[in-house]
Amino acid sequence: MPVDIDIAKVAHLARIDLSDEELAQYGEQLSVILEYAERVSALPTDGVEPTSHPLPATNAFRPDVVTSSLTNEEALAMAPEAEDGYFRVPRILGEP
Amino acid sequence: MPEWEAVIGIETHVELQTNSKMFCGCAVAFGEAPNTNTCPVCLALPGAIPVPNEEAIEGIVKIGTALDSTINKDSLFYRKNYFYPDLPKNYQISQYTFPVCEFGKLEIVVDGEPFVVGITRVHMEEDTGKSRHVGEDGRIHDASHSLLDFNRSGVPLVEIVTEPDIRTAEQARAYGAELQRIVRTLGVSDARLEEGSMRFDANVSVRRGPDAEFGTRTETKNVNSLRSLQRAITFEIDRQTRVLEEGGEIIQETRHWNEDKGVTISMRIKEESEDYRYFQEPDMLPLEIDEAWQQRVKAEQPELPAQKRARYVGLGTDAHTAELLADDPALGGLFDQAVQAGANAKQAGIWITQEVVAYLRREEKSLVETALSAAHVAELSEMVSAGDLSSTASKDVLNAVLAGDGTPREIAEAKDLIQISDSGFLEAEVDAVIADNTDAFEKLAGGDMKMIGFFVGQVMKRTGGKADPRLVSEMVRNKAQG
Repeated sequence: MPVDIDIAKVAHLARIDLSDEELAQYGEQLSVILEYAERVSALPTDGVEPTSHPLPATNAFRPDVVTSSLTNEEALAMAPEAEDGYFRVPRILGEP
Repeated sequence: MPEWEAVIGIETHVELQTNSKMFCGCAVAFGEAPNTNTCPVCLALPGAIPVPNEEAIEGIVKIGTALDSTINKDSLFYRKNYFYPDLPKNYQISQYTFPVCEFGKLEIVVDGEPFVVGITRVHMEEDTGKSRHVGEDGRIHDASHSLLDFNRSGVPLVEIVTEPDIRTAEQARAYGAELQRIVRTLGVSDARLEEGSMRFDANVSVRRGPDAEFGTRTETKNVNSLRSLQRAITFEIDRQTRVLEEGGEIIQETRHWNEDKGVTISMRIKEESEDYRYFQEPDMLPLEIDEAWQQRVKAEQPELPAQKRARYVGLGTDAHTAELLADDPALGGLFDQAVQAGANAKQAGIWITQEVVAYLRREEKSLVETALSAAHVAELSEMVSAGDLSSTASKDVLNAVLAGDGTPREIAEAKDLIQISDSGFLEAEVDAVIADNTDAFEKLAGGDMKMIGFFVGQVMKRTGGKADPRLVSEMVRNKAQG
């Protein structure tokens, strides 16, 4: 049973620019994945305790201790653009 | 038609003042040079794994407990997916189903009326970076480009969401103020609105009376004081009422409070249905806050502001004095110690919230910079109750103690302010005055109570103004009534 999805919307939400052929191709692939998920969902699970994680472990914490950070130069080394110690990005609203 | 009624819900974000960030060891600091407290985790470099800060979880459990919430034993982190330049991972680690706390409540008092605000949930998340828009006047719409500082990225953030229970802007403000007091009392955040360590978003709608369906709501952001919270909500209620009365429609949107103009402005961001595609954070294990942890936090909970105010009123202060004392840890601490040392609570409360506060303002000092101790307040209180010092003179003495001139008794003696309250001595003085003024005394005995003042005045004259006038007046009255 094919699952109906708005592949263009999914692509937009993920900010992935897809051509019409790609939309069709990925739409089919995603539909197959969702069909599989539906089959799993249909399995009888009465009496099976829900699990949120495969490992029987909780609370992997870190003590509240400050460790060393990157220097400003190191942090900005990978920035496409930087200015006055900041990461520089194109204008956020409207056309860049 | 019934009157318009507002329906208000508040979302509050509180930055926790831990030493390090929520998921990495970078320092939590305000006002440092940009991008100096970042690392692969909070910059979202490939392969970095977030590890939650135990102290931050402790902090949210404290907040949830103080807000009478259910603490969920099992709790999960989720990814909230959206794109914005201040969010380096393109998702915020937050919570969705199974937040740490749910079903809480907070009682506030407005105009003497108690009012309960339901708390829907309290969840744990991380803060974003900070952006600065470069251009004309620093506004995002006119900016040529923006600059990003990720020092704040990943700072532990607690979101507290109320039920739509609030009905007036005054209640909203009282809720915000009480929440701020609680967070400060718990010591988990300095909750400074102007610096953004506490931030409010107000959801407001209006409807025709309490039985009508909820109207369409707007969400107002950028409210950075308690006063602006009240003003922004008042503006929004008026605006929506006007739009609806003119037959218009309210658009569900995010609005921005403009403090200078005193108006809310539509953000005019292209409306797009929110679709955060939440899914469980696969890099993290579930949280388990067991019964022992919950009970320990409850047992260690400090006295909350409402409990403190009630205790002060119980000791004898009026409600306003209790509020002033409870709001200021230094003044409240002095008051507590003074009362413990034997001071009269009502008297001590008034001295501290009036004389001491006025002195601190005038001299631009903090309490620790003065010479005043709780023992001084207790000594002063005992001197007044014993009749050694008039309450008028006590204020001068208190100011001299604050200035470092000595103990209350030393100052009162040096300034010759000690009253004579030795009743044997004073009775002899009263008798002497009566003997010298038999005509006047007959008038008094005949019921002319105005004459009491004359006799008190005479005794004061004979004692150089040092007799306790209350005691003398009482003696004269007793003698006149035989």
